[in-house]
Amino acid sequence: MKKYLPYLVLGNLFGYVLIKSEVASWYRIQEMFHFQNFHMFGIIISAIITAFIGVTILKRFTGKASLEGTSICIPEKKPGRTNYPLGGFIFGIGWGIIGLCPGPIFALMGTGSISAVLLLIGSLLGTLVYGMSKERLP
Amino acid sequence: MPTLYEMLVSPWPWYVSGPIIGLMVPLLILIGNRSFGISQNLEHICAMAKPSVISIKLFNYDWRTSRWSIVFAVGVMLGGLLAGVIFANPEPIQLSQATLDMLAQRNIAAPSQFNPPEIFTLNFQNSILLLTSGLLIGFGTRYAAGCTSGHAITGISTLQIQSVYAVIGIFAGGLIAANYITPIVGV
Repeated sequence: MKKYLPYLVLGNLFGYVLIKSEVASWYRIQEMFHFQNFHMFGIIISAIITAFIGVTILKRFTGKASLEGTSICIPEKKPGRTNYPLGGFIFGIGWGIIGLCPGPIFALMGTGSISAVLLLIGSLLGTLVYGMSKERLP
Repeated sequence: MPTLYEMLVSPWPWYVSGPIIGLMVPLLILIGNRSFGISQNLEHICAMAKPSVISIKLFNYDWRTSRWSIVFAVGVMLGGLLAGVIFANPEPIQLSQATLDMLAQRNIAAPSQFNPPEIFTLNFQNSILLLTSGLLIGFGTRYAAGCTSGHAITGISTLQIQSVYAVIGIFAGGLIAANYITPIVGV
C-alpha cells in the first residue's frame, strides 16, 4: 500500500488547488467561456508552461528508472483525427453547461455535494454508452 | 504576511494554482511513469463494476494495473473535503464585473455559494440537467481519450498534435454551450 501514498498526496494537492483556484466553480467556467476574466486562462497557460519545463528536464532522464522502478518515458497519445476533436466537442458542451470537468467533479464530491455525485453517475453512463458504441463511431 | 491558516483558507491566485497543477505532469512521470489525467478513472470504475449483463470489450481489462489512478482520484476527493469543508473560504467568489452583469441579466444571483443553487439544488429539472451534462462529459472524454487534465495540460505540454485537436474541440463545445445553450436551459 505504501507504493500508492505519493499518488494519494499528489491527488490531495490537486483536489485542494481545484477548490482554492475556484476551477471547480460553474461561475468561473462561465467567466472563462465569455472571456470576462484572465483567471482561468492564467491557470491553464501557467500550468502548461510549468508542465513543459518539468517534462523538458525529465526528458534528459529518458530510460532511467522512475522512483517505482519503471523506466521513464514521455507518454504518447494514440494516433487519430476524428475522435479527438469530436469527443472534445461533446465533452466541451457538457462542461460549458454544467461548469465542471472530471477533476472538479471528484473534488466537489469530496465536499459532500450530491449534485456532483449525480454528475459522476451521468458520466459513468456516458462511458458505458461509449463502450457499447465504440466500434460504430467514426 | 498572512498566516498559514489564512493561506489555506483564502482563494489562490492563478499564478499559484496553475504551476501546482502543471507540476502534476512531471511529478507523476517521475514517481511511476504515469500519465496525468482524470477521466481515465471513469473507465476504471466501469471496469471495476464490470456490467456482467452486457459484455463490453472496453471494460475487459484488469483495472488493478491502474490502481494508482483510482488512488489519485480518492486523493482529489480528500483535497476537496479539506479545501471545501475544513478550510472552506467563507467569502463569496470574486467574479469580474462583466460576469456579474451577465448573471444579473440571466436572473442568476451573484455567488453566495461555490456553485449556483439555481442549477445545483436538487430538484427534478436540475437532476436531469446534471445527469445529461454528465453523460456528455463521460461520453466525450472517453471518445477523446482525455479531458482538460489529459489533453489541455498533459498533451499540450508534451507537444502532441492529437491534444491540440481535442482542446480545439473542447473550447468550441464550451463556447457554444456557455453562450447559446445555458441561456436556453434557463441558467
